[in-house]
Amino acid sequence: MVPLSWYLVLSAVLFGLGVAGFLFKRNIITIFMSIELMLNAVNLSFVAFSYYWRQIAGQIFVFFVIVVAAAEAAVGLAIIIVVFRNRQTLNVDDLEAMKF
Amino acid sequence: MDIFLFLTFALLAVGCAINLLVQRHPISSALSLIGVLGSLAVLYLLLGAEFIAAIQVIVYAGAIMVLFVFVIMLLNAGEEERTKRSRLARFLGFPLFAVLLAQIGHVVYRHFGAAPPVEFGRFMGSTETLGRALFRDYVLPFEVTSVLILVAIVGAVVLAHKEI
Repeated sequence: MVPLSWYLVLSAVLFGLGVAGFLFKRNIITIFMSIELMLNAVNLSFVAFSYYWRQIAGQIFVFFVIVVAAAEAAVGLAIIIVVFRNRQTLNVDDLEAMKF
Repeated sequence: MDIFLFLTFALLAVGCAINLLVQRHPISSALSLIGVLGSLAVLYLLLGAEFIAAIQVIVYAGAIMVLFVFVIMLLNAGEEERTKRSRLARFLGFPLFAVLLAQIGHVVYRHFGAAPPVEFGRFMGSTETLGRALFRDYVLPFEVTSVLILVAIVGAVVLAHKEI
């Protein structure tokens, strides 16, 4: 018997760690992995609420989130390859062409 | 029994997530993320979502993370160099993180503190229920995602193929 709030707090902790990684890391691939971590934290909330409200829709949303994450990973990693080919770096501090 | 499983894999997930932040080499971060995904799959099983746990392992930990590791090795990514972080992030980052967590924890305990606990075995449905809902109520979003995947494939091929 695990309290529902533990799942939600665990999800919040993982989401916070994902935000921290997104802000602190300097490697563009690691930043991308932090985004995946945030998506997974939200998925855990979805499944926990799906149990709580006895609705299968929560699990269906998780299914769609995973599909979108797969598409996002494919396109994002292709963009990273193009950026690396043009700039020879993965450090986001050196990628400042669009910085105001 | 399930509370021990929950605590073990919750601590494993948080530990791997912290390791993702601490490690400097992208490969180590990717392996830590695989640890997080695997422990989350066990938590999904504890919540009665077998199908989600299965695709978490197959699609996420299998396909997506292999893609990540493949790109890290293709680009020969080394350790990230330490740069001068902004002073604001260094001094305000972790206090703000703690404040955010305290806020979320407060809201969760106020609204769901008295919620009935998750009882292992008292689940509402199975993969069959999910499949019926997916192919009956959610069939249009399901078909639209196939278009999304097609666009993503074409985009990835175009981006990685040509000189841009």
